[in-house]
Amino acid sequence: MADKRLEHKSKYTLDRGIPGAFEGETITRRRFMTGSAHTAGAVAAGAFALPALGFAVGPIFKSTPHRWESVGTVGMFVDNNYTPVVLTLTPNIGEAGKSTVYIRQFNPELDTDRADIETHTPYIAISSRCAHLGCPVRWVDAAERFICPCHGGVYDLLGRRVGGPPVRPLDRFYTRVKGEDVEVGPRFSVNSQLRRFSPRDPGEPLDGIGQYVYPSRPGAQKLSHAQELNITSQ
Amino acid sequence: MPNLPKLPAPPLPAALKEPPPRPGQGNGKGPIEEAKNAGITVVDWVDERTSLSGAARWMMFRKVPKGTNWFYTLGSATMFAFLSQAVTGVFLAMYYRPDPSGGAYESIRYVTNDVFLGQFVRGMHKWGSSVMVILVFLHMGRTFFFGAYKYPRELNWVIGVVLLILTMTMSFTGYLLPFDQRAYWATIVGVNINGTGPLLGPYLSDFLRGGSEFGATTLSRFYAIHMLLVPGLLAALIGAHLYLVAKLGTTAPPWSKAEQPEELRKAEV
Repeated sequence: MADKRLEHKSKYTLDRGIPGAFEGETITRRRFMTGSAHTAGAVAAGAFALPALGFAVGPIFKSTPHRWESVGTVGMFVDNNYTPVVLTLTPNIGEAGKSTVYIRQFNPELDTDRADIETHTPYIAISSRCAHLGCPVRWVDAAERFICPCHGGVYDLLGRRVGGPPVRPLDRFYTRVKGEDVEVGPRFSVNSQLRRFSPRDPGEPLDGIGQYVYPSRPGAQKLSHAQELNITSQ
Repeated sequence: MPNLPKLPAPPLPAALKEPPPRPGQGNGKGPIEEAKNAGITVVDWVDERTSLSGAARWMMFRKVPKGTNWFYTLGSATMFAFLSQAVTGVFLAMYYRPDPSGGAYESIRYVTNDVFLGQFVRGMHKWGSSVMVILVFLHMGRTFFFGAYKYPRELNWVIGVVLLILTMTMSFTGYLLPFDQRAYWATIVGVNINGTGPLLGPYLSDFLRGGSEFGATTLSRFYAIHMLLVPGLLAALIGAHLYLVAKLGTTAPPWSKAEQPEELRKAEV
């Protein structure tokens, strides 16, 4: 069978003895017609499928503008204990868009890690979102620990994991002081050395190859170096 | 079918016997006779134009192996659980509002407390989802332990696994819709579990939430997946699953032994 097909190798339909072939024709009209019909079908299907797909996956690539929200005045926060405030992460969806953030003043004795020294954020704002799977942790004053109700994650005063399943420390927020107001800005994630990374979702480790296995996404970026300098200069 | 001798009709007293048709009656003509045959006429009319009766016979009147038992009904039971979910889901959708700023929870509260039979229909949908998941696994277990996944039924096993995944997708997306505390936090945790998949995981989370944070469109996204995208796929794949069952037939239970035809047994002796 294969041999028989190899026999007529000529690219001209006339040489292959196809009825009704024209001089110099290399493709049968039937084949051309089939190909055109398939192409037209593919174009028509793509014309609705591709925009629909782009519509559905578009939000992945959309970057959200950084929001700064005033959470209180300078005198409200101490440097050795946390004060909970409620922050609106997503506006206009009511309770579902809000989250608790724990805030204290920068403490030069405690906050000796690189992240803190680099940014000199005047206040430390710790996200209440557990780094295991995103349940809300609470600050237990007597134990000086953040404790998660879902699967038993425990974090210390700086938000570093001391027990349970979490894979990295608690996330933090940028802070700045405007006049008398303390403002909380975008979120960022930290690894176990408290180095800053673009915000990741819970459950994604940032030590070792973690930052490459769980890449940062266009929709959630940390501040650029210039933007960070802008905060500290104020 | 061998030609069996016909038994004589049992003797009937004359009073119960149907009277013979009078001349001009009982020949299928006249309005009363036509009304009597109306059902047959309609079926015949459709069948003449579609030949559906052949397909129906092919689907319904199949030969099943000796030893077929109650375990073989688990697949049909799963399908009826799906049908129940589909019907109750359609009616729940008449009341539900995927509005994250309070409307979703309020609409569910309204269905549960105020709508006539609302609590019952919502309960059927809620508990029925668990029933369906349990039946899917029982059906899968039956198929596995009876060896019914082997040649030539591997493709049906593969379709079944896809159906299992789609059923779990339905459970996951449906869980958010009441939009109470449990629904919200379970979805946060569930989306983050999806995010722990390496490389693509973070993007899958963003796709599910419709952004990097739980946002305004997350609920409507889950609602659309729950009531439009996955049910269509489920229904289509259940059709393919059933087609293959009818095409390939069911397996005998593993404990039933092959029976030799009578002639061969005589020949061995």
